This record gives sequence, C-alpha cells and structure tokens, in this order.
Amino acid sequence: MTGILKDESELLAALRDGDEGAFAQIVDLHAPAMLRVARGYVRTHEIAEEVVQETWIALLKGISRFEGRSSLRTWLFAVMINIAKQRGVKERRTADAEVAALTGGTVDPARFRPADAEIWPGHWKEHREPAAFPLTPEGSVLADELIAVARRELDKLPERQRVVVSLRDMLGFDSSEVCELLGIGVVNQRVLLHRGRAAVRQALENYLADAS
Amino acid sequence: MDCNELVELVTDYLDGALDDETRTRFDLHLRACDGCENYLQQFRETVSTLGNVRDDQLDPAFRDRLLAAFRHWR
Repeated sequence: MTGILKDESELLAALRDGDEGAFAQIVDLHAPAMLRVARGYVRTHEIAEEVVQETWIALLKGISRFEGRSSLRTWLFAVMINIAKQRGVKERRTADAEVAALTGGTVDPARFRPADAEIWPGHWKEHREPAAFPLTPEGSVLADELIAVARRELDKLPERQRVVVSLRDMLGFDSSEVCELLGIGVVNQRVLLHRGRAAVRQALENYLADAS
Repeated sequence: MDCNELVELVTDYLDGALDDETRTRFDLHLRACDGCENYLQQFRETVSTLGNVRDDQLDPAFRDRLLAAFRHWR
C-alpha cells in the first residue's frame, strides 16, 4: 500500500493491474457512504453490507470496461442503488409517497403571529425569532458537538429524506445527480432535502438553546 | 412575503431555483427582517455542519471480506 491518495484514473489503472492497496484506498473512500445509503433501502445492516459487497464485485468484473465517463463514485452509487432496490425487502414508501404524506410547515407555527393578527400576520413573534448560530471554528469543541447533533438527527430522518440529505449535503452530490440516482423529480428532491435540513436545523437550535 | 412563507423557500433559494419575481420578494423581505436573515444563516450553518458529518470507518471484518473478494477476483 502506497499510503498516498492517488487521483481516480491512477487508482483505476492500479486496480486493473491488481494492486490491492489501490483497491483498499477506493474502498475506504467510498464504502462507508455506500453503506449509509444502502441502509435506506434494505431491512438490516447485514443485507446492506451484502449489497455494498455485490457492488464492488460488479466494479471488479466490469473494471476493464469502465471508461470513466461518469465519476467512479457516481457509478458506484448508481449500481449500488439498483442492487439495493432488487434486494429492497424493506417495507418502504416511494419518495413520491413520502413527499405526499408531508403536511404543514417545517417551522413550529407557534413561532409566527396568527394569520388574523392585526399587525404583521405570519411574521415571527417577538422573542420567538431565530438568533444567528455562533461561529464555530473547525475543530473547536462546539463545532464537534454540533456535527454529532447533526449526525444523530440525520440518522433519525425518514428514509427518503435521510438519503437525499446524505447525498446532497454530506457527500456533495449535486441536485441533478441525486435526481438521477434516486429516480425522482427535482421538485420532490428539493422537498425532501428541505424537510430533512429543517429538522436538523431545529435540532441544532434546540441544542444551542440548551447549551447557553 | 411573510416569514412563515420565506422559511419554506430557503432550500429553493439556496439552489437558485426560485423564479425571478419570488427571488426578488425573498431578497426584499430578507433585507428588512432580522429574524429571517438569522434563519437563513442558521440554515447555511446547518448545511455546512452536515457537510462535516463523517461516517464511521468500515467494520474491520467487513473490510477484510471486501479485500478477500478482490484477491479472489485478481
């Protein structure tokens, strides 16, 4: 193992040459996130591991033909989601059904003046308006705490929201990639993303209020 | 645009997905409303915090299985 992170085309070339160190690097880079997303489709952690393992085997079988037209990561996630769907024994609603079931706003309505208020209906009530989050330098204790809070809340989100927020915000896929990977429309994708983010925002706000 | 409407449009706003007219109303509201300006700041911080969430490393036994699959393929 070289220990140096090579770029993707170098890693793929090394992989074709049978370099186990290169394989280990790619696995360490992508497999944890693949497991996270696979877990949104199947019933158990064990099945998610099988899905991820099958995906890597599919890559190895196809490596001589992998032309790098898409990024390796996009390819891995696309193949993985297909395999997961075939194995998707979990009772689950489709993304569209999850969106359709969403009602109401993403912020507690009690924080806003009622619609029939004489002045400023629909605006923040006094003392209920948001305060800016403190700036948290990377590596500071508070920054690490907030990351932990965000992760806990992310893990609690309904499946489709969790997958969309993970792909977009945690892993940095762009909107069109996520729509294509999940086979959902851009509007529903954004609804799920917004719901998920709003829930995490609320958790962070609660945490900061308790901490102060 | 009222505050309770604006808060539902933040992801569309950040994605650049609002139509011109709605975006203008969003910006005008924001300029006049500290609460919503703070809400947007919180939302941006939330997105950036999510970007720093890392998954646990692979379970060593699972990682070994993947490497074994590689050796088998090679």
